Amino acid sequence: MSTLLDILSSIGMWEAVLRIATPLIFGTLGVLLCERVGVLNLGIEGIMTFGAMVGWLTVYSGGDLWTGMLAAAAAGALFGLLHALMTVPLGLSQHVTGLGITLFASSLSYYIFRLAVPTASSPPTVEPFRPIEIPGLSDIPFVGQVLFSQTPPTYLALALVVLLAWGLYRTPLGLALRMTGENPHAADAQGIDPILLRIGAIMGGSALMAMGGAFLTLAAFNSFFPTMVQGRGWICVALVVFASWKPARALLGALLFAFFDAFQLRLQTVVDGVPYQLFLMLPYLLSILALILMARRARVPQALMQPYRRGER
Amino acid sequence: MTRVLELDGITKRFGAVTANEDVSLHLDRGEIVALLGENGAGKTTLMSILFGHYTADEGTVKVEGAELPPGKSRAAIKAGVGMVHQHFALAPNLTVLDNVMTGTESLWKLRSDRRAGRKRLVELSERFGLKVDPDARVSDLSVGECQRVEILKALYNDARILILDEPTAVLTAQEAEGLFATLKDMAAKGLSLIFISHKLGEVMSASDRVVVLRRGKVVAERRTAETSKEELAELMVGRAVKRPERPPATPGAVLLEAVDLSLGGRGGASLKSVNFRLHANETLGVIGVSGNGQTTLAGVVSGLHAPDAGALLVEGQEVTRFDVPHAIASGIGRIPEDRNAEGSIGDMATWENAVLERIWSPEFSKGGVVKRGAARAETQAIIDTYDVRGASIDGRIRLLSGGNMQKLILGRVLNAGPKILVAAQPSRGLDEGAIAGVHERLLEARGRGAGVLLISEDLDEVMALSDRICAIVNGRLSPAIPAEKANSQLLGLMMAGDWSAAEKIEGDNAL
Repeated sequence: MSTLLDILSSIGMWEAVLRIATPLIFGTLGVLLCERVGVLNLGIEGIMTFGAMVGWLTVYSGGDLWTGMLAAAAAGALFGLLHALMTVPLGLSQHVTGLGITLFASSLSYYIFRLAVPTASSPPTVEPFRPIEIPGLSDIPFVGQVLFSQTPPTYLALALVVLLAWGLYRTPLGLALRMTGENPHAADAQGIDPILLRIGAIMGGSALMAMGGAFLTLAAFNSFFPTMVQGRGWICVALVVFASWKPARALLGALLFAFFDAFQLRLQTVVDGVPYQLFLMLPYLLSILALILMARRARVPQALMQPYRRGER
Repeated sequence: MTRVLELDGITKRFGAVTANEDVSLHLDRGEIVALLGENGAGKTTLMSILFGHYTADEGTVKVEGAELPPGKSRAAIKAGVGMVHQHFALAPNLTVLDNVMTGTESLWKLRSDRRAGRKRLVELSERFGLKVDPDARVSDLSVGECQRVEILKALYNDARILILDEPTAVLTAQEAEGLFATLKDMAAKGLSLIFISHKLGEVMSASDRVVVLRRGKVVAERRTAETSKEELAELMVGRAVKRPERPPATPGAVLLEAVDLSLGGRGGASLKSVNFRLHANETLGVIGVSGNGQTTLAGVVSGLHAPDAGALLVEGQEVTRFDVPHAIASGIGRIPEDRNAEGSIGDMATWENAVLERIWSPEFSKGGVVKRGAARAETQAIIDTYDVRGASIDGRIRLLSGGNMQKLILGRVLNAGPKILVAAQPSRGLDEGAIAGVHERLLEARGRGAGVLLISEDLDEVMALSDRICAIVNGRLSPAIPAEKANSQLLGLMMAGDWSAAEKIEGDNAL
């Protein structure tokens, strides 16, 4: 019992929660933006992998860290454009297209990685983002130490939550985006082009996903390996449902998942006689449970997964 | 009189089909014009061109003298044209204010001015008597309220010309009356309106001028004061249409009897101690304003809900299991109130829709395998006998017009030879020609010995078809009066809950 309390009261544990949550926050916001305009984007797993690769490659070939993030975002937006063109104007199946993009982007990442480093047996590393302590704030005991000694992308992710929430709920563009996901015919009748908004939002969302991937190489693992995303993309898709398509709750979901993950890592080291795989399962099991509890009240965007064609009902 | 709108020589073709041919029409300030025509006459296409949803092949649209660029709804909105769609263009998860404000501000503003938006919305809703709560979620609103939101959306966009596409198609009779009062008030305040309709009654009562469209062409234009229902009906259909007359019939044995039937909550409005008897060879009309329990009543009789108390007797046998297969097996046929939601499965083939209800009967399946040959033959027979136009056996049923879908449903039900027929709002949303067809079939079923339970909110329909009529008010059923004694005044009283006259009449005519 006391070890549990030790874990829960350690600053390291809570720092890790934020760190683990960061790629999930990027990814969840990305999925959320896509789904808010009515398009499911199962390309996320591949787009995150590709973003991780592009971010790493940019820095590895001499770019600075923010250039790496930006390059990853741009690459993500391109995959978003591909997904958008197939699902929006062409109206193809969003599931199939998304899974196709995941397979394509994952394989392409590995291919480009192998072109860049044909021989190395252990993946080459880059100099990652360092934690930045915010003067004054990081001296606040515990809370300040946890919140304000993170890497810059984590701060960016938190800022994006606020930005997206503001954008969706306080701006005319946000209302137009939400309307597009609820009823594109209604948006069109008010003189808004749902096709254009959908394409734009999917590109933006995919850019966020890729940045989540780039966080993995540029702030967490310092190098790229093809399996590094490890299902984080799928978790993001589930977290959006958990969050009822609301940015603030998406943050909550990401933190919750990250908490379970950080917790089980530490449990593994203190509890003997239990196979560690059981602990690995913990965050997923608890996430499913949380999803069941929360998702029943969720308000799904009404036009999710419905292609829009003018003049058709 | 200022001319606010002018359509000149509009022609629109879809492939080989000409939806509009050289259509010209105009609208003056403060005027209400009815665009009258049967389903498929090209009314909606014409208005979609005006609103920029379609591009016309030929012809021009001028608003207050300035020509509108084709195919741009934005331009139409800017010029002051507002459209109220037949199928509401609303987002149910968003609030009224959200729905109204979408697209009304520059998309690149960093902050939406919701306070100003709310103020404007409240002002408009007060000025035109369109009461609605700006913060209510649209999914919580009634159909009538949704329509108010649609109108407010147009007004919020500074619409001076309002186009309403079949505005009463989804409204109850009361809501429709309220709507037309609002529209007249709006015209008096300087707005100009066009409403699309195929209902003669509302055209006569609400418009200043009528433009009749048939097969994509303008066939006539009349001042409403100088025409009549009969003339308009003939112009619209192209020939004189007459609804069939009800021949006298002698009621036979009691087929269906409800004894103190009660049901609370489920299936919409509740039923409170409902009693009636339906005889063979008889039509019992149940009239009432929507939402008073008639949907629940139809649901109980057709096996969708079990009553909480009371009994339902089919040919003297008490019904113990309330489910649809048992209801069908005991000879009850159903024409559901909402043919799209309950009467058909839009994306399935016509033949599947035609036999699904009886798919377990030996006629259409054996050992768990569907007899496709028999099913398709039956479907073809229905299509031929009931003149279902535009239907193919394998085509999706969604593609049928309302009238033709109703013909298919009628055929499906009547071909099974039901002893009892529950017909809920059988002619809702249909045009004059189709209504006459439906009425003929219902009279035929009665003539063949079936008992017909007709549930409708259309007074003319109930009086034309029923032998006895009762009103449903708040889940209670009034005494039934013979049709000969019925008039609209008496039925109005009954629908309002004043049953004293009806009780006296029933006492004199006890069956």
